[in-house]
Amino acid sequence: MKLSVLQQSYLNRRSNSFRSSGPLDSSSDSAIKSPAAIFWLVLHGLSCLISLVLGFRFSRLVFLLFSTSYTNLYTSPFHSSSELAKTLDFHSLLPTNPVGNVPLPSLNNTVTNSRVVVGRHGIRIRPWPHPNPVEVMKAHQIIERVQTEQRLQFGVKDPRKIIVVTPTYVRTFQALHLTGVMHSLMLVPYDLVWIVVEAGGISNETASLIAKSGLKTIHVGFNQRMPNSWDQRHKLESKMRLRALRIIREKKLDGIIMFADDSNMHSMELFDEIQNVKWFGAVSVGILANSASTDETVDQKKGEEENPPMPVQGPACNVSNMLAGWHTFNTLPFAGRSAVYIDDRATVLPRMLEWSGFVLNSRLLWKDGDKPDWIKDIDALDGDIENPLGLVKVPSVVEPLGSCGRRVLLWWLRVEARADSKFPPRWIIDPPLEITVPSKRTPWPDTPPELPANEKPVIGIQEPTLMHTTKTRTSRSKRRSKRKHDEARADRRTGF
Amino acid sequence: MEIWRWVFIGILFLSDFVVKIEPFKLGRSQPTERISGSAGDVLEDDPVGRLKVFVYELPSKYNKKILQKDQRCLNHMFAAEIYMHRFLLSSPVRTLNPEEADWFYTPVYTTCDLTPNGLPLPFKSPRMMRSAIQLISSNWPYWNRTEGADHFFLVPHDFGACFHYQEEKAIERGILPLLQRATLVQTFGQRNHVCLKEGSIIIPPYAPPQKMQTHLIPEKTPRSIFVYFRGLFYDVGNDPEGGYYARGARAAVWENFKDNPLFDISTEHPTTYYEDMQRAVFCLCPLGWAPWSPRLVEAVIFGCIPVIIADDIVLPFADAIPWEEIGVFVDEKDVPNLDTILTSIPPEVILRKQRLLANPSMKQAMLFPQPAQPGDAFHQVLNGLARKLPHDKSVYFKPGERVLNWTAGPVGDLKPW
Repeated sequence: MKLSVLQQSYLNRRSNSFRSSGPLDSSSDSAIKSPAAIFWLVLHGLSCLISLVLGFRFSRLVFLLFSTSYTNLYTSPFHSSSELAKTLDFHSLLPTNPVGNVPLPSLNNTVTNSRVVVGRHGIRIRPWPHPNPVEVMKAHQIIERVQTEQRLQFGVKDPRKIIVVTPTYVRTFQALHLTGVMHSLMLVPYDLVWIVVEAGGISNETASLIAKSGLKTIHVGFNQRMPNSWDQRHKLESKMRLRALRIIREKKLDGIIMFADDSNMHSMELFDEIQNVKWFGAVSVGILANSASTDETVDQKKGEEENPPMPVQGPACNVSNMLAGWHTFNTLPFAGRSAVYIDDRATVLPRMLEWSGFVLNSRLLWKDGDKPDWIKDIDALDGDIENPLGLVKVPSVVEPLGSCGRRVLLWWLRVEARADSKFPPRWIIDPPLEITVPSKRTPWPDTPPELPANEKPVIGIQEPTLMHTTKTRTSRSKRRSKRKHDEARADRRTGF
Repeated sequence: MEIWRWVFIGILFLSDFVVKIEPFKLGRSQPTERISGSAGDVLEDDPVGRLKVFVYELPSKYNKKILQKDQRCLNHMFAAEIYMHRFLLSSPVRTLNPEEADWFYTPVYTTCDLTPNGLPLPFKSPRMMRSAIQLISSNWPYWNRTEGADHFFLVPHDFGACFHYQEEKAIERGILPLLQRATLVQTFGQRNHVCLKEGSIIIPPYAPPQKMQTHLIPEKTPRSIFVYFRGLFYDVGNDPEGGYYARGARAAVWENFKDNPLFDISTEHPTTYYEDMQRAVFCLCPLGWAPWSPRLVEAVIFGCIPVIIADDIVLPFADAIPWEEIGVFVDEKDVPNLDTILTSIPPEVILRKQRLLANPSMKQAMLFPQPAQPGDAFHQVLNGLARKLPHDKSVYFKPGERVLNWTAGPVGDLKPW
């Protein structure tokens, strides 16, 4: 009782301070001398000593004993005594000891009506800490919306449709290359039409690959098979691209034409940059000529004395940012040692200027309409053109893109398998493999020693393979899960 | 021909303010909305011609010498008092004739006594202020005329003119008695608090504009962080268990959301702090030891919607800037539901807030650029002072009338400085 009365009087005096600061000072002076303050000082000192001895905060215990109807320690603010202010000193090392523990929530509703209380507050923690999945989805939608707005405001104004021309044919590396291009195109935030010209006619292989993209595609067949020499391949690809351009002209597609060879790698900035083209633009292409290993060391030593060739093809500008010429890939170091046929283990060289480094406005191809006079008509071309520059009469009209060719926005790399390499159609292993050949070295210690590799009848090897599978189920060191198929592993020569 | 020369110079002088100097180079072509607060569309008002300020010439021990002792005062968040002085010295609102002045400014740098760590110690500030007021009241008659009602002072420290960094001590001291009638320009603002006098002008804390300018990233960088915060959650030095610091709000944020992937919060201080803010949609601005923080300024400059977690806080220039429409206010008791609150804001509202934040006059109003530019915080302070004019006739005393008690306050304050 006495405790609470004294507390009440002390705290009342503190409440005076929350009112206007006018007549305060006189009362606070006298407060120091009053017995209540001395009592609190003594109590505080005592609590400090006890805490020092016990090694934990004694006041917490006191609070727990005296706290009233609050259920949870975490949700109850309570008032502090003025001694607390001392402990907040920069130099204080003593444990803090709030002594005036009995919560009196009505205290602060004196004159000021403030709901903000000075002192120690509980740290509110909600019982179920995990995020609500519905809210997480909403947050992602908000982010999506904000980003769309950003793109609308700071991205390209009035983006035009992009028409992508890709020549392809069925071969081992087609899945690798086309999947890469497909995924890049799926990320493009603009409208897209993908014209895929396939040598050797339309095949299910290619059709199934591009159907996965969900993009608007035009799949065209070209009735010639891909030849085996790089030279002729390039020629055929040019023809295929011209075929695509004719389709664009027929259908009167409106947009920006870019040539995405299936073996190239495109950056997302490329698609933003080509929106800036007016009629005919050129970008810099990074040329990654895959040099054969044996000759490389010899070349490096020679090349270190001179300037190493810049592996870039594209427009070159002068100081006033006007087109001054063209960078091409220096093929002299590879002279005579470049690959001629697909199967050659030598460097595959690019053409002088690759098609993929150029973009055109599709209106250039239309039969009628306003277009500049420096463009040649496709149908009036005699023979094939090696690169789109053959379509213009004056090469100086080309607009250099990508800060005047200084930014490389896509990379050229030709990697292909041998001509006779085989691969499972659509990369589905179906029907199950018939030839089971245990590998020469297995990680399991008690397997029979190496067996000769090639086709052996299944029956003789059946037992060990079954043992393999049971073992693997228990040992769990198998990486691939082939429990559906009974065979352990197949060591098939898949070429290249 | 003398008069024509002066007219010519006068025209040149005025044209400086007629031609709009380019504001803080930030927003490019983003659509923005006009900002108008409770006082109307006043962010872009020009104070020139609406008021006159007389700057007292105090001995340099009150300002220049203090600054010379410690140059760090120019860069910390209380530097507004120094820059305001410099601005007023060369501003067209300054008048050298005190008889025609509407407001009187006393340049005393009370927040420039720094510890080795850079934190200001307020222990001598009341004495310094008192000594300055004694000086101006004895050397000029204008103080005694109104006992300071037409004077304004800059007190940017933690709790304003209460001159202490601990809230309880500050509340105990209260506002310096001699400043009872003056207008205070301060960073601290909390409703129903002793240290916020009615009629004070709240300003943002000083944030170096050049430093923020150098960290801008292209505006098309998509905002991919949902909530961002960097700072202390527990002040281990002064309040190891939590509960005191930030009234437990920062600790609650940490405990509730440290594992939430939408919240990018930590105590690290990365070098890409400014860049990260520009990639975030919401930036938390919780209270610390005092309710205000430079985070608000940074969030506004970088276009990140400020989430203000400080009960009853009064934000800078609250009559000119409608903060409820720009930021999100969350009560401290609602912190555990912060994610629900933020995700339930409709996207149109969020986009609108971003448009308001993108308004260049909004960003200008939060800054103290050197040299001053139209619409910046200096001008907003002058606009605020101009809105308080004309002075009520009752503030002028008849000779001999006195209200202030010169011996009020703790005994320590009465010692001369």
